[in-house]
Formats: sequence, C-alpha cells, structure tokens
Amino acid sequence: MRAIILATAFLLVVGCQTTPEEQSAAKVEDRSGPGGKPGTSAQPVERPKVAAVDVTQGRKDAASALKDPASLLSKRSIFFDYDKFEVKDEYRGLVEAHARYLRDNPNAKMLIQGNADERGSREYNVGLGQRRSDNVKKMLMLLGAKEAQIESVSLGEEKPMCSEQSEGCWAKNRRGDILYSGEY
Amino acid sequence: MAYLLEKHREKTSLRLLFGLVFLAVASQATAQLSIEITGAGVQRTPIAIVAFANEKVAGTSLTQIVRADLERSGLFRGLEVPPLSPHPNENSPVNYGEWRSRLADALVVGSVAQNADGRFEVRFRVYDIVKQAPLGAIAYLFTKDNARAAAHRIADFVYEKLTGEKGVFSTQIAYVVKRGSTYELQIADADGERAQYLLRSNEPIISPVWSPEGRRIAYVSFESKKPIVYVHHLAENKRQVVASFKGSNSAPAWSPDGKTIAVVLSVEGGSQIYLINSDGSGPRRRISNSSSIDTEPRYSTDGKWLYFTSDRGGSPQIYRMSATGGEPQRVTFKGGYNVTPRPSPDGRVLAYVTRDSGKFQVALLDLSNQQVQVITDSDRDESPSFAPNGRMILLATVRGGRGVLSAVSSDGRIRQNLPYSGGDVREPAWGPFNE
Repeated sequence: MRAIILATAFLLVVGCQTTPEEQSAAKVEDRSGPGGKPGTSAQPVERPKVAAVDVTQGRKDAASALKDPASLLSKRSIFFDYDKFEVKDEYRGLVEAHARYLRDNPNAKMLIQGNADERGSREYNVGLGQRRSDNVKKMLMLLGAKEAQIESVSLGEEKPMCSEQSEGCWAKNRRGDILYSGEY
Repeated sequence: MAYLLEKHREKTSLRLLFGLVFLAVASQATAQLSIEITGAGVQRTPIAIVAFANEKVAGTSLTQIVRADLERSGLFRGLEVPPLSPHPNENSPVNYGEWRSRLADALVVGSVAQNADGRFEVRFRVYDIVKQAPLGAIAYLFTKDNARAAAHRIADFVYEKLTGEKGVFSTQIAYVVKRGSTYELQIADADGERAQYLLRSNEPIISPVWSPEGRRIAYVSFESKKPIVYVHHLAENKRQVVASFKGSNSAPAWSPDGKTIAVVLSVEGGSQIYLINSDGSGPRRRISNSSSIDTEPRYSTDGKWLYFTSDRGGSPQIYRMSATGGEPQRVTFKGGYNVTPRPSPDGRVLAYVTRDSGKFQVALLDLSNQQVQVITDSDRDESPSFAPNGRMILLATVRGGRGVLSAVSSDGRIRQNLPYSGGDVREPAWGPFNE
C-alpha cells in the first residue's frame, strides 16, 4: 500500500513538473538541443531515437538513478503524521539515499517542498509545511549534505495530492516532496 | 479602476465633484460575483429613491444601483415609488406629509443632464422625512463608462448623510479564483461588478492585501515553485518582487504609511517575521525571534503594534508586539486554535479565526474588555477582512463543496453570500476608501 502511495506521489510530482509553462518548455528545448548531431538528419524516422539517447547520455549515471524506479532516489515523498513534523523512521533509508547522492554530487541542488493538510489558516499552514521541509533539510545536512545544496520551502495547503475531506486524504497532503534542479 | 481623480468646487448650494476618471487595468474577468442578502438588520430604514429626472440619458439607471447598494448594506429598504406628476428633481419643493404617508423615513431626488463636453452631471438632494429637514446635496460629473462608479458615489453620500458613517460602495475588493488548475487574482467593485484580473497563473496565489492608499496590492505567488511576495502596481499594471529570499516568503502586511511591509521568511530557518521596504529596497530587518512559527502579521491601525499568529505556547494563538519588535504579549486565550488576526479600522476590535469542535469560525475580540463573540456559523470560515468603515467583514467559506465569499456585519446580524459561477473563490481582501 505504501509503495502504491509513494508511486502515486512520484507520478503526481512528475506530473506537476510537466505542467506546460513557458520556462520549462524552454528547458526541454535546451536539453534536446545538443542531441541534434550532424548527419542524423538523413533519416528523419531515426531522429527521435538519437535525441532520446543523447538526453540520457548528457546526464551522469547517478542522475538517471534519480528516475529509476528501482532506486530509492526515485522515491521523493516523505509523509508526516497529524500535527507532527519529525521525519519518521520508515523514511530514514530514503533520506539517507538522497543525502548520499548530494554528497556524491556536490553540484547537485535540491528543493524540498513541505506541505500541510487543508485544515486551518493558509498562512499558518505555510508555516507547518516549512517546519516539515526544514526538518528534512536538517536530516540531510546531518547526513553530510551541504547547506548550499538544499532549499527548503513550503507550499502550505495549496498543492494537495488528494482533495477529499478525510483523514486518509489529509495524510497524503502532510508531506515533503524532494525535487532536483531541472525538475522545478 | 479605483482612482477617482477629483476636483472640488463650490457652486451655489451644490458641490461639484469633477471628472470621475478611471485608469484601465488588466483584462475583464469572465465571470463575476453577485451578492445575496441572507439576513438583514432588525430595523431597516425605509427610503424613497425617486428615479432621477432624465437619468436614462446616461444609459444607466443610477437610482437602481443606488437602491441596490443601500439595500445590500442591510440597513435600508427601498420603497416602490409610483410615477409622480410633475416628476420631482433636486429643486422641487418637498411635501414631507405626503412622503410620510408613503412610509418613507428618507427621500432622495435628483436629475441628470448632459454637458456640452459630453459628460453627464448628476445633482441630487437627500431629505430626512421624519425630521422634515434637508440633509445635503451634491453633484458629480461622470462619463458614460463611469456611470456605475458615479452611482456608488451617490450611494456613499446618501449612506453617510443617513448613518453618520462613511459608505463603502465605491470601494473595491480583491480575491483569488481557482478554476481547474488556473488561479486568478481579481479585483472588483464592492458589489462584485466590473471584475478584472491582475494575475493569472498555473500555480497558487494567496494572501492579497491592499496598500493603505489603494494603489498597490501585495500578494504571495507560487509560480516559481515556492512562495514569493510581489507588489502589484494597479495603475501601471506592473509588479515587482519584494521578497524572494532563500526558502519561503509569505504573509505580507502593509504598515499604515505604506512604506514598510511585514513579511514572513524562512531564510534563517523556521517562519519568522521581518520588515522590508515596500519598494523592495534595503535590507530585511528581523523582528521576531523564536523557534516557533510566527506568521500572519498585521499592523494595528495606529501602526504601533503588530498582531501575529504564533505557536510558541504549543498551540497557535494570537500575540502582539511593538511594530519595531520586542517582547510579544499573548492576546487570545480562549480555545486551542486562534489564527489570522485582523484589527478593525477603529482599533477597538480584533477579528480572527477560531476553531471549536473542528469548526473554523470568525470571532471578534473586544480589545477593551476581552469579550469574545463568534459571528459566523459555518464550518470552514477563513481570511476575514474588514470593510474600511468597519461595518462589514468579508470572509471566505465553503458551501456545497465550493469556495465562496461571504460577508457578515460586525454585529453578526447581517449576512451576505457572494455566489460565483466561475470557480472556487477565496482569499478576500477589502480595499481602502477611495479618497
């Protein structure tokens, strides 16, 4: 069940990232740009394949692990109990994997978005989400990540993963989401 | 838009206000708010508003708008006036006995004429029928496009003559509409008409707040995947980033002189209150120092205090501190969840949101005697915003699973719903008087 939630969380996070927007569209162009190798234009049918290969070749092996469903690094959501802000033990492995990645890739940058369920004041909920993302950041730093690599922010109650009025739904909205540069 | 550029001059017994000139802003919104009164004052003053002589010349029935404005306040009841012969205007003699027999306590008569320059001039007079006395007269000049604005000015004048308080019919409101995955920050007249959007985004917008002079709105936008505070200049329809530090930037509040904005930043960890210059210049000044969440700052009307929400005591409660920083004092004591402080314009009352048995409702705290009165009765009321005369409070609530705006008089008696067909509406902010 947890795996399903996490997978859903991941899909939603990715889904958010692909929201059409001028900026992100420009970034996609930039990435596929270097892929247009001379000579490949003779075979129009082949071109998408070449571009696709170049996109992955342009990144480090470790970066591809960020999206590999088999890797802990593809797990990006940390869920919190009601009115609680500490990272639960069950997420320790996940946070350790990301801390290791940040240690191994000193140029990597991370955004942690904290979230709260919808009950109560929007601005106070920004504060609650911030407390969650700050705690994830602190744990990553204790595990060796550098402060400059991580920005912790809050989306408050504004980006719920689930919009029903139930505890099961609210539990999915009390979370921290990890994004790497290029994903936000 | 909101800026009535006016000149005043005396002319016989009538004061003329020249040139209701409006500056265009942004685009028209596609849907608009309407207002339904669901509760009214115990005693509504019956008022006869006679259609102004020749008012059709301006293409808008001014007196219908005036009547709707006054009735919406919950304090007045417009009387049906049969055709009169001769049709009275502001210079006609008034037969007090006849109007008394029509059960009118007050009377408004006037006329409209088109000037040589094409603009329209409305002149009208207000009478107290019970006391058999004229209460005042005024004239406004307006262009056809601004007929609604002229009608709101007329309603404000009548309201002030009859209640002794300034009317808010000429003011504007701001709010956020969420439609699907699109968010719009909109402004509209206080009656919900003439809505237009300032910002349209694929990411959330929260916490709009008007500057004291009404020419700027500060808000929080998540368009960069994190909260950043912007100031939008309405006349120029331009905006600038005023707080975009590492981490979250939110909860803007204007100082009464419009020069400073209190914001909540997480740049040094946690959520703490800082002061920044409203033009974005200069360094940030941290004024809260806690390991708790300190948020939702609001200046008192006199600018001396900052009210804010903090969970330093274990649960979120309202505190206040000197606007230059200092030791906070706790303000709310009753209940385990008290947030979103909003001082009334006269500084005597604090509106806030309290949670009781899982219901979020708007409460008023009398700052002189600490009495608390809960004035709403639904489950998810939030973001209260005082009208600039303190008489009504606009708030966001949820009805039928949808976000809607609602208004309640500060004595709790008068209720208004503001239905909206175009999406979820939230985050209302009532603008200042148009001077």
